[in-house]
Amino acid sequence: MLELVTTKLEDVANWGRKFSLFSYPFVTACCGMEFMSVAAPKYDIARFGAEFPRFSPRQSDLLMIVGTITEKQGPALKRVYDQMAEPKWVIAFGVCASTGGFYQNYHAMPGADQVIPVDVYIPGCPPRPEQVLDALILLQERVARRDGHSQLRLKREKIVLEQARAREDD
Amino acid sequence: MSQKVLDALRAKFGDAVVATESQHGDEVALVKRDKLVAIATWLRDDPAMAFEVPVFVTCIDLLDWRPVKAPGQPSSTRPAWDNVDGKAPRFEVCWQLRSFSRRHRLRLKVALVENDLKVASLTPLWSGFDWQERETFDMYGVEFQGHPDLRRIYLYDEFVGHPLRKDYPKEKRQPLVRRSDLVGDH
Repeated sequence: MLELVTTKLEDVANWGRKFSLFSYPFVTACCGMEFMSVAAPKYDIARFGAEFPRFSPRQSDLLMIVGTITEKQGPALKRVYDQMAEPKWVIAFGVCASTGGFYQNYHAMPGADQVIPVDVYIPGCPPRPEQVLDALILLQERVARRDGHSQLRLKREKIVLEQARAREDD
Repeated sequence: MSQKVLDALRAKFGDAVVATESQHGDEVALVKRDKLVAIATWLRDDPAMAFEVPVFVTCIDLLDWRPVKAPGQPSSTRPAWDNVDGKAPRFEVCWQLRSFSRRHRLRLKVALVENDLKVASLTPLWSGFDWQERETFDMYGVEFQGHPDLRRIYLYDEFVGHPLRKDYPKEKRQPLVRRSDLVGDH
């Protein structure tokens, strides 16, 4: 019975989370223009509840990696990600953040997922605003399904912890 | 356009000017390495030259470089350029200068052989060259002697090598950080 209540409670919390994603735009390159377009009234990301960019990673739960990540930026990106509170979600915005894009050289990282986990990848150079909204809807479904990487990680950690407890009890 | 600058340079410094070139309104002078500072100081301070503006510094990697062979000409069309104390140069460092008051411009070049990449810095003369000489050092490994702060400017200190050299592997990466669940060098 208690389990039923807690799972239902979490569903309610996730319902709230998916419609109020606080994004932290990690804007490094030209995709930022497209991010502005998505955020501005024409495409209006506010319709999906993610309109409020925070200027500190500690206050946000959606990291949007907008643009090319260089090897030199790797530690900074990792740090920003680590500073965000759980549960958190990550979107790689554009092909550079997803795979490195057309860069194949000494300085560009072949995708932000070399350093941090990513939930949704948006292809395109830059992606159309519709693609971004589509990705956001996809992410909302994942949040509700408890499929985000940090949700899955928490679940894994919980199982490991329970198993350890069970072994102690034996 | 500013052929008179090249003529004046040759008249004043003679042998220190190894070769000159004039194409599409761009005047280029290849000068001897040990005379670079003297020539640059004169170019800045002489009222008829008055090069007050530093435009850019860069470097050219001549690895596997072949001049375009014109029909009926010997294979190297520029023997003076391709001979630094009997050796073929690996790099050409060039400084672009400009004079607003005299309305002319000039590109100074110094040729360097591979195992001796030292050249005088022109930052003490034009402080605008500071960061660009650092960039040239970062990307090509040219050591500017007398530069006040010769450190890497774009890349991180952990980076090994100089990526804009022609023999730097195109896809070689030197990551600073990776996810612990990723294995191997990417």
